[in-house]
Amino acid sequence: MTVHVYDSRTAEIKPPVTSVGVLGWIRKNLFDGWFNSVLTVLVLALLVKMVPPFVRWALLDSHWLPSGSGCQDAQGACWSIVTANLRFIIFGFYPHDLQWRPLLAMIILVALLFYSRNRKHWRYALGWSWLAGLAVMGLLLRGGFFGMAVVESTQWGGLPLTLLLAVFGLTGAYPLGVLLALGRASRMRAVKTLCILYIEMIRGVPLISLLFMSSVVFPLFLPEGVTVNKILRAQAAIILFTAAYIAEVVRGGLQAIARGQYEAAESLGLNYYQTMRLIVLPQALKIVIPPSVSILISAFKDTSLVVIIALYDLLKTTKSVLADPRWMGFSAEAYIFLALIYFCCCYFMSNYSRRLERELDTGL
Amino acid sequence: MQTVDTGATRTPLLNDPAKRSLIYQVGVLLAVGALAYYLVSNTLDNLERQAIATGFGFLEKESAFEIGESLIAYSAADSYARALWVGVLNTLKVSFVGILLTVLLGTLIGIARLSTNWLVSRIAAIYIEVFQDIPILLQLFFWYAFFYEMLPAPRQALNPVAGLFLCNRGLIFAVPAEHPDWGWAGWAFLAACGAVYLLRRWALQRLFKTGKTVPLFWIAVGLLSGLPLLAWLLGGAPTAMDVPELRGFNFQGGVSVSPEFAALLLGLVLYTAAFVAEIVRAGIQSVNRGQTEAAKSIGLKPGQVLSLVVLPQALRVIIPPLTSQMLNLTKNSSLAVAIGYPDFVSVANTTINQTGQAIEGVALIMAVYLCLSLLTSALMNWYNKKMALVER
Repeated sequence: MTVHVYDSRTAEIKPPVTSVGVLGWIRKNLFDGWFNSVLTVLVLALLVKMVPPFVRWALLDSHWLPSGSGCQDAQGACWSIVTANLRFIIFGFYPHDLQWRPLLAMIILVALLFYSRNRKHWRYALGWSWLAGLAVMGLLLRGGFFGMAVVESTQWGGLPLTLLLAVFGLTGAYPLGVLLALGRASRMRAVKTLCILYIEMIRGVPLISLLFMSSVVFPLFLPEGVTVNKILRAQAAIILFTAAYIAEVVRGGLQAIARGQYEAAESLGLNYYQTMRLIVLPQALKIVIPPSVSILISAFKDTSLVVIIALYDLLKTTKSVLADPRWMGFSAEAYIFLALIYFCCCYFMSNYSRRLERELDTGL
Repeated sequence: MQTVDTGATRTPLLNDPAKRSLIYQVGVLLAVGALAYYLVSNTLDNLERQAIATGFGFLEKESAFEIGESLIAYSAADSYARALWVGVLNTLKVSFVGILLTVLLGTLIGIARLSTNWLVSRIAAIYIEVFQDIPILLQLFFWYAFFYEMLPAPRQALNPVAGLFLCNRGLIFAVPAEHPDWGWAGWAFLAACGAVYLLRRWALQRLFKTGKTVPLFWIAVGLLSGLPLLAWLLGGAPTAMDVPELRGFNFQGGVSVSPEFAALLLGLVLYTAAFVAEIVRAGIQSVNRGQTEAAKSIGLKPGQVLSLVVLPQALRVIIPPLTSQMLNLTKNSSLAVAIGYPDFVSVANTTINQTGQAIEGVALIMAVYLCLSLLTSALMNWYNKKMALVER
């Protein structure tokens, strides 16, 4: 009878170093076959060629002092353009000593956004506090109460304006978009046709044509003596534009609701208004939350288009800094700084939308 | 026994669904009509007061402005209509080239995102995230500044490849010098395309009848490259090149791409490709793994697995969102007005400023983009129908 002796030496033999640990990972993920190896080497060569010069330009050789000394003859980046003009880029022509007001408004917005991230906080109260928050933000920017000086909207600019246009745009567009989606799903021929016409027409034209319309045609629509300021007109154009996209998103949500839901609601004796408010919309709107965040992202990016009708948003303030002879020729630095701001905001939102999609996906 | 008198209990007007819906619809139509009447009457009043003539009569007048680049002959003495047509053609040019490059680059990045190579997949992911999250207009401004500020003057032009120059006057590259033979080669290529199409039909028929395959791919490659080559050789094999040369302050000869066009194209392609890449990735991932495994197990080669099994199924998922990205690119090309490329919106904007015909100008912009959108979606719907699942 053979006795199997447990050999302690075999137990200690580890897997080859080339298949576990760092080396194993590298082999599996970077040098898996000849094609991947060639690819890795090529990409690494490209990175080595491009990253160090960029780091040298952006960090090692760069200038940061607001005075801008040494910028003209230096090889590196001149971040002075940002540090020297930061307040103008962010706040535009808003009176210098009153800039705490737009800052506070932005802080309120960010606080609301952070509070709303948690789904446990989603209650009716949150909706009301959003409306209240938006109203407070508007009032803070405008002033005219508690002895605060009135700042006309012609002086609003920079990041607060960008955020204002995006957030108010979405808030205004949502109810309109839901109405349009309901109209499109309606059995009433005339209503349906009107809604389809509106949605398809708006989706077929670029936002810039609507902005042109708001700046040159809209004043003609109003009776004599009535004028609406430029920011409000642009805001109206953004709302009308975004509503069509929201309508399409909400339509997707409405289509996802099973027929049985409508029939059950009808058999309970609910009328159209009750069916929609109590049964259909709560379910449909929940489904479309993630795509709505995507619309918020594109609305946020699209607000930069108001540059073309000469509103002083974030992009326009930066461009006017670049038009100053002192700072001419440092476009790359200024645009990279702006890109960072936009990227951070959008990345935060899209990350959140992805997380939400995972959480809300109940697998049904 | 009680009898029910149906005639006596008439339903109230608002409780009868058919009549109620009729009332609502009439109400909505009236409201929309009243709004339209209000706006139109206001507008007419305003126009009369400001003494602006309405109508499209201005299209016949002399435009009196120059356009930087044009596909057709144009001068400031031509009419506004011709100027606008130049704009339409410029929009079509940038959209067409942009869509082609975007689909190519987007597909490449989408596939790179799915690569098993960690480095490649990471870089593709970073590209997608960064370029999606920066507004297209900012990107356009950046590339515009790149051409005008960061690139050197023609004297110090970058010359990465022989015959290609990059400077603040744009991109200038060498092309073969004019020779009738190049035309023949082009015709030969078209003929080869026709031949490949017919050959493919014949090969498919033969496949279904006899089960025998034809090495179609290699025959096609041979035809497509061989016929033009043959035409070129027969025509005397011209090798002269039209190389750009620095004369004075600028380049002469070759083909030059203006910085505006190059910046617009670069911005549009890099931005839209990030979205297309995500669409392609999602499309390929939507094909069940079992499909690939089954295809391999019946002995298909990797190329065949991709072309016969994975792609036809992935394309069905990819095409609808891809269409909307193409439309987005076309619509975003209107941002050319911000960097001075004379696209349709830019020309229309100049027209509005010169003539004051704001309503007509904006209406024209909307009409042209609506037509482009409808045309693109009609084309893509046709293609989509062709690719759609044929169910039994």
